[in-house]
Amino acid sequence: MSEKPKLAMYWAASCGGCEISVLNIGDKILIVDEVFDLAFFPCIADFKHHDVEGYEDGYIDVCLFNGAIRTSDNEEMAKLLRKKSKVLVAYGSCAYEGCIPALSNLTTKDETFNTVYYENQTIDNPNRVVPQVETQVPEGTLTLPSFYNTVKSLDQVVDVDYYLPGCPPEPEQIWAVLEIVVNALLNDGPLPPAGSIVGAGNVAVCEECPLDKNVKTITQFYRPYEIQPEPGLCLLEQGLICVGPATRSGCGALCPQVGMGCRGCYGPLEGVDDQGAKMLSAIASVVGVGDSTDDEFELEEMIDNVMDSLADPSGTFYRFSMAHSLLERVKANGNGTNGGEVK
Amino acid sequence: MSEKVGVYVCHCGTNIAGVVDVEEVSNWAGEQPNVVCSRDYKFMCSSLGQELIEEDIKEHGLTRIVVAACSPHMHEKTFRGATERGGLNPYLFEMANIREHNSWATTDKAAATHKAKALVNGAVERVVHHQPLEPIPVEINPATLVVGGGIAGISAALELADAGNHVYLVEREPSIGGHMAQLDKTFPTLDCSACILTPKMVDVEQHPNITLYSWSEVENISGYIGNFNVTVRKKARYVIEELCTGCGICEEKCPRKVVDEVFEAGLAQRKAIYTPFPQAVPKYPVLDPPNCTYFERGKCKACQILCPTGAIDFEQEDELLEFPVGNVILATGYDLFDSNRIPQYGYGHLANVFTSLEFERMVNASGPTDGKIVLRDGESVPQSVAIVHCVGSRDNNYHEYCSKVCCMYSLKFAHLVHERIPEAEVYNFYIDIRTPGKGYEEFYNRLLEEGTHFIRGRVADVTDAARLPGEEGKLIVQAEDTLIGKQRRIPVDMVILSAGMEARHDSQDVSLMFGMGCDFDGFFTERHPKLDPVATMTEGIFIAGACQGPKDIPDSVAQGAAAAARVAGLVNQETVMMEPVRASINKETCSGCRLCNDLCPYNAIVFHEDQKLSEVITALCQGCGTCVAACPSSAINGAHFTNEQVFSEIEGILWDVMEHQAVPA
Repeated sequence: MSEKPKLAMYWAASCGGCEISVLNIGDKILIVDEVFDLAFFPCIADFKHHDVEGYEDGYIDVCLFNGAIRTSDNEEMAKLLRKKSKVLVAYGSCAYEGCIPALSNLTTKDETFNTVYYENQTIDNPNRVVPQVETQVPEGTLTLPSFYNTVKSLDQVVDVDYYLPGCPPEPEQIWAVLEIVVNALLNDGPLPPAGSIVGAGNVAVCEECPLDKNVKTITQFYRPYEIQPEPGLCLLEQGLICVGPATRSGCGALCPQVGMGCRGCYGPLEGVDDQGAKMLSAIASVVGVGDSTDDEFELEEMIDNVMDSLADPSGTFYRFSMAHSLLERVKANGNGTNGGEVK
Repeated sequence: MSEKVGVYVCHCGTNIAGVVDVEEVSNWAGEQPNVVCSRDYKFMCSSLGQELIEEDIKEHGLTRIVVAACSPHMHEKTFRGATERGGLNPYLFEMANIREHNSWATTDKAAATHKAKALVNGAVERVVHHQPLEPIPVEINPATLVVGGGIAGISAALELADAGNHVYLVEREPSIGGHMAQLDKTFPTLDCSACILTPKMVDVEQHPNITLYSWSEVENISGYIGNFNVTVRKKARYVIEELCTGCGICEEKCPRKVVDEVFEAGLAQRKAIYTPFPQAVPKYPVLDPPNCTYFERGKCKACQILCPTGAIDFEQEDELLEFPVGNVILATGYDLFDSNRIPQYGYGHLANVFTSLEFERMVNASGPTDGKIVLRDGESVPQSVAIVHCVGSRDNNYHEYCSKVCCMYSLKFAHLVHERIPEAEVYNFYIDIRTPGKGYEEFYNRLLEEGTHFIRGRVADVTDAARLPGEEGKLIVQAEDTLIGKQRRIPVDMVILSAGMEARHDSQDVSLMFGMGCDFDGFFTERHPKLDPVATMTEGIFIAGACQGPKDIPDSVAQGAAAAARVAGLVNQETVMMEPVRASINKETCSGCRLCNDLCPYNAIVFHEDQKLSEVITALCQGCGTCVAACPSSAINGAHFTNEQVFSEIEGILWDVMEHQAVPA
């Protein structure tokens, strides 16, 4: 029997949840172990950078790459793994569309450092030490990867074959994808076309959500802790932000079913370039105060009042998709100076 | 897939070519991807210009057409036609507006040329994503709704009815006739207004093809050209029309008198149950509950007791009538400028200052003074009269526009004063005398001969504060006589304010209800100010008369007839082809979230509970795009405005700032 196909999984800017999600597919993990040899999986096995460098190009059959591109190290690893892998999968929301790390695209590297190294309540940094790319010590020069101003998704630095959305992806979806891959490798089964989003549906989360949906007119937004949602009724109708209508299905609408509005981790649907803008546009369309007989100025004020009850719109609507959106990042300081690129 | 795009840059004479370097734009466009043929031409809309397109399609096998010229409002249809004659689907065409949006907006040639390139490039990038579309045939209901029973509405209704079409004429007041019914004489022929109007009113009443709803208002309208659904509120008259003979006993016996602020302009009284004037159509009176003793105190019922046919019904309620029509003509008329708004002219606090409408009623033989010109005391005959032109018109504080009719009716007033009080002095204070119209200038000359004093100057002040001998007890009109460059103080007995015409106070609500536009002054907006003055931007909705802008009687009549002709044309065709620019919902990707369900201004979206899907009813959709923008999962597609088309156009326009650079680190 020929050698087993090689599987790799790597984390860039991520929380580690994606690794756990792979291990969370239950006894199917035994099949994975049976089918594949691990070529690189720093979370669960001891591999070194130079191990990968030593592989021939295309040595790895499937690489599940999770995490966003936050530092020069992330980018270097992305490029290395792209070269060494036949199939590169952007695994999870960070690699696919930037996710939580990319929310820092709402500010700048300097501001981020300021907060993390100087201003956080728990920080005690009297010498104002911050990470440097190069540090001179008596023994020579120490280097660290550089910290980018803008967080990117994996496909913004290398070509990606498939995207597997979710924060993290759901076990049955992970297995469904792995099954296709295994079938393709062992039995020459069909692979989806390159660039496909795999392990997710093509309709919005609402399709899977069992809550009752009615015509929506929102007069006030609430944060989850502020009200006890009425059971069985669409959360959005009750003023609780649920990004389900703008989010790909595939998760089984887990969050809305337990009274927590969909956060949007499966990303936008086919044909949507900007999930955040789409959801904001949808929400704005159903704010239902006043009517055309109201004074224009008063109407504007009424609408403003409703929208003011919506906390942190950019963080809410772009929670997962900032890097991959039309927005990509905000212009810093209004004029693009201070290191913030103009996008 | 690669498309072959033809680009045509129009000079529009010097309209565009005077500012934009059209040749440069055309040459540059020729170098852009997909463009296989690029030309500039003096007038693309000419038949020769259009033939260029047709020939190039055949010769070069063009698959897409871009014309950079004027606004699509102007010539999109023209060039779609040329594209179609060349053998392509007309929707494989795109227009770049380099006139209104460019050459007319600047004199900076370099900037304008640069912008023209961007607009052309946007159109090229967009047009390659265009899809062929087929127009949607719609049947036209032959019935027409005419709103407003003034002379414009009457003319429109009669023209249509005479041509064999059914008309619903809805009038807000108890009688049709409008402002014209209040006038005494009409300029310049001095025809008796009632004598020429009332036969037409009677024709309306008797016409088998006209259903008249007076004392009624349109409450709601839905639908689209050919298939509108109208709801009319027929206000309670408290008179059963089937029983009423119009004998007038109720009005005669009603004990309650009320000042008639509407028809008699406050100069006379009417009863609580009344017909506004003897020739009113329909003849049925209207009861006015707030002023009726029975409604106030539960007693009286004189009208009911004495009505010989038992036609009075105190229990009557408003009735809501619904009916379908194919087209609508709005002829809602105008309001008279409220002279109280110019306090220095004294109206309201100086008794002998009258408005033009008050004077019209006064000189009317059937009016409150039987045609005698008297001061507010009802008996003194004025020996001197000042007529102030342009009250509320041509004045930046009120209306910038000229009300068009005031010069002529002011001359008419002067004539009537001379006629009734030969010894009286008449002063007309004017800014300019404007008499463009058949026989109008001749009428002015006649007045000059009749001895009217014309003083060229806007009146500054009307006061009763005498300063000079001879001013005591008089109204003093102060103005600068700009022809002699001197301040004049003219003491007179009576002042008439020639108030201008303004849009109806509720014209904005009406325009919203009918889904068409009105301008900043509140007048309804025509489709084209020169070439399409009675159509609106909404298919199937037409306008006629003073609701579109100040107008005299002949113009209103002509517009009424013109609107009727437009409607008759549509009715004759039986079907019209509607723009296929519509929204549609992809059943495969609709999640049934119902976010779109309440958004459609045309109520074109329905939700299918069984399939948990929403659907756009194509015939109702007007292609506004509201739902397309709102659908969070992009399950709604706006034909001709797809994401791909819109984003490509944006990227094309931003060609010089978008280098497709990778995201910077």
